[in-house]
Amino acid sequence: MGRYALRRLLQAIPVLVGTTFFIFCIVYALPGDPIQALGGDRRLDPVLARALRAKFGLDDPLVVQYWHYLTGIFQGDFGTTFRNVPVSSIFAGKFQVTLQLAMTALIMEAIIGVGLGLWSALRRGRWQDQAVLAVTLLLVSIPPLVMGFVLQLWMGVKLKLSTGIEFVPVAGIGAGERSYLLPGFVLATTSIAYLTRLTRTSLMETLRSDFIRTAVAKGMPKRRVLGRHALRNSLIPLVTYLGADLGALMGGAVITETIFNLPGIGLQLFQSVYLRENTVVVGIVTVLVLIYVVANLVVDLLYAVLDPRIRYE
Amino acid sequence: MSNATITQQPAKHTDVKAEKPASLWSDAWYDLRRNKVFLIGALLALILILVSAFPQLFSHINAYDPATCDLKNARKGITSEHWFGTDNLGCDTYSRVIYGARVSILVGIITTVITTVVGGGMGLVAGFFGHWSDILLSRLAEVFFAIPPILGALLILSVIGRDSAGVGTVVMALAVLYWPLLLRIMRAAVISAKSQDFVVAARALGASSGRIMLRHILPNAVAPVIVTATLNLGAFIAAEAGLSFLGVGVQSPTISWGLMISDARPWFLAQPEPLLFPALFLSITVLAFVMLGDAVRDALDPKLR
Repeated sequence: MGRYALRRLLQAIPVLVGTTFFIFCIVYALPGDPIQALGGDRRLDPVLARALRAKFGLDDPLVVQYWHYLTGIFQGDFGTTFRNVPVSSIFAGKFQVTLQLAMTALIMEAIIGVGLGLWSALRRGRWQDQAVLAVTLLLVSIPPLVMGFVLQLWMGVKLKLSTGIEFVPVAGIGAGERSYLLPGFVLATTSIAYLTRLTRTSLMETLRSDFIRTAVAKGMPKRRVLGRHALRNSLIPLVTYLGADLGALMGGAVITETIFNLPGIGLQLFQSVYLRENTVVVGIVTVLVLIYVVANLVVDLLYAVLDPRIRYE
Repeated sequence: MSNATITQQPAKHTDVKAEKPASLWSDAWYDLRRNKVFLIGALLALILILVSAFPQLFSHINAYDPATCDLKNARKGITSEHWFGTDNLGCDTYSRVIYGARVSILVGIITTVITTVVGGGMGLVAGFFGHWSDILLSRLAEVFFAIPPILGALLILSVIGRDSAGVGTVVMALAVLYWPLLLRIMRAAVISAKSQDFVVAARALGASSGRIMLRHILPNAVAPVIVTATLNLGAFIAAEAGLSFLGVGVQSPTISWGLMISDARPWFLAQPEPLLFPALFLSITVLAFVMLGDAVRDALDPKLR
């Protein structure tokens, strides 16, 4: 296990360097002179401009600038905007909102996705199975952009007008945990569909394997075959899918947060794109990409713990 | 017609496994013609491609002509004249939805072709030649694979800037982030095809590397790539709408469903038609290509049967 973990960690280094370098090159390629932009339409005093360029390290060669940026990241410093606001202070408070949204989505997809998947696998070929497959087809086809607005309209206006009750809040985070239910579901829809299909295939494949036939043949009760042998073996790919999805959900939250007005990193990202604050955009994307990469790394290590075959490949 | 081209071409390869009555391709085509999901998906996709190629056949109003918008009729509901109502500027939502199909279909198809050719080609090289070409290409792919697509596209497009954004930049941003997936799939398929007996036989008969790669390995490794490419098409269309909604994708006056959703948003709770109709068409389009992809996967992947 130690050797596998070491090898996997070493493999992650070029990926991390590569992604950060890619992001960095995009910043480097930003059109226009950021220092001149600080002065607006007025020409900056050349002495001041030179001092500012030196202060932000803009005169160093590309590789040196990249080194400063990379070492900064590993010290928790995601740079400052050219208006001298540290990018990390922009994250304060917003990170929790996005994390809570992603966790809500993750719990929903675990319950709904795994539940539907197991149910349809046990009723393989019957109408229930066909119905679940049709539902997953629809869930994959409705982008969060559409699902978000439709549910907002239906829950927030139509249902509220006809019943007089507000079931779940449709915007903001004023109502605590309940505010995350609807956006969490919208964020989770695509993953629910994938997880349902993954669970279904995984359980069906396990049920076909030799050790299950042996267990049935030696007269083990059906419930015990399912619980002890089939489920435990088919859950491994699901755990890894869920783990990797946390990073993806946080990265994908930008559209959901924009629709539901949740003050998370995604909404900040949207607003920064709108205001053309490119350094903030880059800072946020860097953090989210790092979370995504690290989540995938953790999942790979977890996979090796759960399934020893991986370690000995 | 297309039936004949698909069934005839692999016939040359059936002699390799002579005891099998039909090749994977004619088998798959036989399955697809009888698959309701495929037929519905294909019909929807054909209609949408027709709409995007000739929108004037479906709408008598040219949605790009600003004179057709009538501010006096702004934000009206469904009438006999305006089937889907009018938007905030008094433009006809139906004709805008019809003209908006073009961007979605273009982005979906062009991105699919580029990622398949580039990613698939690199995967073929990496899998076939191995060694340093594999190490180099696979590591490069890992870097782009590690970036969540929507975030990466948002980053690239926000740097390019709104002024030069359009179908081309959206396609480029999505292609940069999606080609590694095709590389991985092609590479794995090529590696498993490379060790098959017929490849060893071809090599023993003195076939050149190029001939082995294109005539023997490619036809036997391309199935999973086609499946992934078809499934991706719907994802690209949804991504374009999302990026245009966020303001970094296609820009006005180009008509895009994502842009229409974003424009209609401020008045959406009072007058939902200008938002709901593009949303409906977006979902139907994604559904059409997801259905196609599902059916193609069922037909080409015998493991799932």
